[in-house]
Amino acid sequence: MTTDTVDTGKRRTLTLATSAVAAVGAGFVAVPFVASWAPSERAKTAGAPVEVDISKLDEGRLMTVEWRGKPVWIVKRSNKTLEDLKTLDDSLRDAASEKDQQPEYAKNPVRSRKPEVLVLVGICTHLGCSPTFRPDLAAADLGADWKGGFFCPCHGSKFDLAGRVYSGVPAPTNLEVPPHYYLSDNVILVGEDGSAA
Amino acid sequence: MEKLLNWVDDRFPLSVLWNDHMAKYYAPKNFNFWYFFGSLALLVLVIQIVSGIFLTMHYKPDGALAFASVEYIMRDVPYGWLIRYMHSTGASAFFIVVYLHMFRGLMYGSYKQPRELIWLFGMLIYLALMAEAFMGYLLPWGQMSFWGAQVIISLFGAIPWIGDALTLWIRGDYVISDATLNRFFALHVIALPFVLVGLVVAHLIALHEVGSNNPDGVEIKKNKDENGIPKDGIPFHPYYSVKDIVGVVVFLMFFVSVMFFAPEMGGYFLEHANFVPADPLKTPEHIAPVWYFTPFYAILRAVPDKLLGVIAMFASIAVLFVLPWIDRCKVKSIRYRATIYKVNLAAFVVSFLVLGYLGMLPTTPGRTLVAQIGSIVYFGFFVVLWYTSKNENTKPVPERVTK
Repeated sequence: MTTDTVDTGKRRTLTLATSAVAAVGAGFVAVPFVASWAPSERAKTAGAPVEVDISKLDEGRLMTVEWRGKPVWIVKRSNKTLEDLKTLDDSLRDAASEKDQQPEYAKNPVRSRKPEVLVLVGICTHLGCSPTFRPDLAAADLGADWKGGFFCPCHGSKFDLAGRVYSGVPAPTNLEVPPHYYLSDNVILVGEDGSAA
Repeated sequence: MEKLLNWVDDRFPLSVLWNDHMAKYYAPKNFNFWYFFGSLALLVLVIQIVSGIFLTMHYKPDGALAFASVEYIMRDVPYGWLIRYMHSTGASAFFIVVYLHMFRGLMYGSYKQPRELIWLFGMLIYLALMAEAFMGYLLPWGQMSFWGAQVIISLFGAIPWIGDALTLWIRGDYVISDATLNRFFALHVIALPFVLVGLVVAHLIALHEVGSNNPDGVEIKKNKDENGIPKDGIPFHPYYSVKDIVGVVVFLMFFVSVMFFAPEMGGYFLEHANFVPADPLKTPEHIAPVWYFTPFYAILRAVPDKLLGVIAMFASIAVLFVLPWIDRCKVKSIRYRATIYKVNLAAFVVSFLVLGYLGMLPTTPGRTLVAQIGSIVYFGFFVVLWYTSKNENTKPVPERVTK
């Protein structure tokens, strides 16, 4: 009836096959748990565009609006500022905005749709702090050559008034320009490129 | 009583466990001051678990309610302030005790063969502890909670290709939000404490398997009497269990002094910016992690490149894992090692303290330079150790432990 010989080879194969099937099953079970950490539907829909009225924004000033929970800055720049931007190219890491940090229509020397109005996501490209607006020329702590811009207090990254990153600071890329377009002369919709784009 | 014990022992190895780990666990008789910190770490773990359980009874892990619920605990819950300060002081105390415990290991070579696994379990405990502290710090939902978490999670964004998707997955939203707070709460109160306790058990089982090291780095199991008991060993209980109680009393004197009189520790244990509710639109003027992370933070900032900075920071912790294999010297204790090791270890400790100090301050070019030198000294410890430890000019190690 029964034999005393055990087919160890077969036993090994079956053990391995069973373990492999169990491992695959465990892998599939892990999927819903891992996937549950992705942004929920509610979080995804919360990123609606924001309408901003800039009629009251003075030259040289900055206003902050919230879009997708992030600060978005709008700065009205003076002609002097726009002139100054041209002189900075040599000290910047990506003066021509080669890296993909802006929509096509902001890929120009001043990184904006309208030259004087700058729209930026106010989050440092290094580790996500929100830099400080420092329009003061030749600020004592930023050097005599400082033409105004943004300074990140966390790790010392510097950006000019077009959101372009200086060389030799930790931030790797320019500040991001969010998708935006003008609904009218003084109203910007942040979050969409608009049909004209 | 005897009968009851026998009844239990027939069904559960109670006496065996007690003897293996306490009454007949022979520890070297020459333990000194540095050997208090292991048992103290266990004490702090208990303090954290108990105070933490009671905090969860009043805390609300909700982006809209969290900050106010902490204020509620502080002002309205009977003794809520005490329980919260116990927990916040415990967090810093945990790291103080663990850093001293690790330094003891470095001095007396407690990570060396045959105790490599004890060291590895210990490093995993340290890693889990850092994750636990980081996630716990988000829960009060203050400005430093928010922006600290923003920076730390952004570290993962430096990983090429998958970085951005990974940070999105960790946060569960495009920014740190309610979703992030809620999952960090779950990890902080359930998942990581389980991991931590499991690792502590593994650490102790491994320790009791090979036996404790001692300030002389002599293996006491090499010299046993006719009953197989190490001549230089004494039963852990009652000798060290009672001795440790003295350590506990002294430790608690410091602990409660901080808890009652300086729970914020001048902004080092609880940072001032964290008394302002989280504001996703405004970063505080100066953000710094809590003191126990600052050495690594200083290394991160010392490197003027995002990815390399993150790599250096993670490497500064990862390199500790392989310490048992970097140090090739057969002599364990610093007492019998060459001067080069003593100098090297001293430089390592100084660099760690200097980096820790710099990590709390805003950057200036001068400070960045000092941090860069500090980082080189930090990593230099391991390089110098690798090259000098193989043929180190050691002193003769005694056969038995000394007084």
